[in-house]
Amino acid sequence: MPYGIRLQVSGARACFTRPEMKVERVSYDVMTPSAARGILEAIHWKPAIRWIVDEIHVLKPIRFQSIRRNEVGHKAPAGKIKQAMNRGDLGDLQILVDEDRQQRAATVLVDVAYVIVAHFEMTAKAGPEDNEGKHLDTFNRRAERGQCFHQPCLGTREFDARFELLAPEAPLPMATPSDRTPGLGFGQPRDLGFMLFDIDHAAPGRPSLFFRAALKDGVMTVPHPEAKEVLR
Amino acid sequence: MTALANRYDFVLLFEVTRGNPNGDPDAGNMPRIDPETNYGLVSDVSLKRKIRNFVEMAHAGEEGRHIYVQEGSILNEKHREAYKALRPGDTKVEKDAKLNPKDDAEARKLTDFMCRNFFDVRTFGAVMSTGINCGQVRGPVQMAFAQSIEPIVPQEISITRMAATNEAEKKQKAEGDDSSDRTDNRTMGRKHIVPYGLYRAHGFISAKLAERTGFSEADLDLLLTALESMFEHDHSAARGEMASRKLIVFKHDTALGKAPAHKLFDLVQVGRNIDGAFRAVDDPGIGNAAPARKFSDYLVEIDRASLPDGVEIIERL
Repeated sequence: MPYGIRLQVSGARACFTRPEMKVERVSYDVMTPSAARGILEAIHWKPAIRWIVDEIHVLKPIRFQSIRRNEVGHKAPAGKIKQAMNRGDLGDLQILVDEDRQQRAATVLVDVAYVIVAHFEMTAKAGPEDNEGKHLDTFNRRAERGQCFHQPCLGTREFDARFELLAPEAPLPMATPSDRTPGLGFGQPRDLGFMLFDIDHAAPGRPSLFFRAALKDGVMTVPHPEAKEVLR
Repeated sequence: MTALANRYDFVLLFEVTRGNPNGDPDAGNMPRIDPETNYGLVSDVSLKRKIRNFVEMAHAGEEGRHIYVQEGSILNEKHREAYKALRPGDTKVEKDAKLNPKDDAEARKLTDFMCRNFFDVRTFGAVMSTGINCGQVRGPVQMAFAQSIEPIVPQEISITRMAATNEAEKKQKAEGDDSSDRTDNRTMGRKHIVPYGLYRAHGFISAKLAERTGFSEADLDLLLTALESMFEHDHSAARGEMASRKLIVFKHDTALGKAPAHKLFDLVQVGRNIDGAFRAVDDPGIGNAAPARKFSDYLVEIDRASLPDGVEIIERL
């Protein structure tokens, strides 16, 4: 594993929304690889590199809670904005929330902690001045000092993530012995079913990719994006 | 307008006295509560709504400080007067429902236009349906759920009204319908209150995202002013007495920041004030103390000695 990093992230709540349950959001049991990638990119990313998540360690038991909120029913219509631009007048460009309201419940995870084990690869956009050592140093320096491009989050922005870099020689944190239950895949692997792997932003139409996730002794192993386990 | 050059993290402490800070639609509008711990919650969107309302009220119709996500009100008519109509509506714009930007460049133009004109889009971001890439704006300001310092005990208060809602109800009464919730023209209602709760909210402001939306120093000042006084203009029958009590802002001297946000938040400790002495809220020794009913029952301690280099504390309240 060249250029690997290990980052511990935790928070009071998290919501890694299942794509089939977007309206009344229901979270996956475990952080998805794409959410983990987003956290890493919040700390350091350049077009020259691409983060590849190898493993996600689950340190706390999986628990859920329901939160219902008032949300706006529609996105801002681009057509209306364009008209206002051409008109040079804002007119009635606004969303009236109490006329366009939806109450939606979200089933979110409570009290989570993970270790993200990841590495990065150089992409075709890497110039001669880009090298692995430089980017690895940048990430480690930032993560160690708590610097970030923006505060990383656990699925949605209202659930902020605390992050801490684990030094290469530091032992991996483990779930406490009392939490090492079949729910986290201790004793026998726990099948998590199909899980979103990531969204392929390079392909036309930005398709979603899936893989079959399993928790084994509290660890979810993530296949390489090019591996055949990733279903396109 | 120059964009922000520093990262900020802030802690906001606000109180509610005999009121409902944020109802839970799932629980018949009872104050939100964490069912496992009984800590009170106030959702992030509730706080953002108040910030938007404050800006809309204090700066109605000002150039570049419009609010996109509004509560419907007659204010809009006032706004329209304030808008300078440069020219009447362009009739050439087709009434086509699918008027999407042609490419990413145009989508960017649209988002720039929105960021320039609307304070809330510039601050919190917005999602625009463009059919391409959603034309999403991620705003620099990120807020988390606020949670009370100690568990809260909501109370349900029954109230009565000396009038019937409609003719049918009156008739029912005349026919001697003795349903339990109505006696001679009265309607029973319910209110939920928290006797007292001190809530703590955390927020993050990313200088790097501020560059993208043009969120400026002036906007930051307006945001902090809104956090200080947003409850002053949000009084209602349900809210009781709410007030911002402390706003502690951590200013990093770089755009990326100098310390993890959670380390900074940990410097701000809120404990019970027991005869002038600071006691942690989980201190078993305060089990016999009376429940907190006012702000002076709490003490806020800021550990300035452990402040990392390159971070400065600004106490706005």
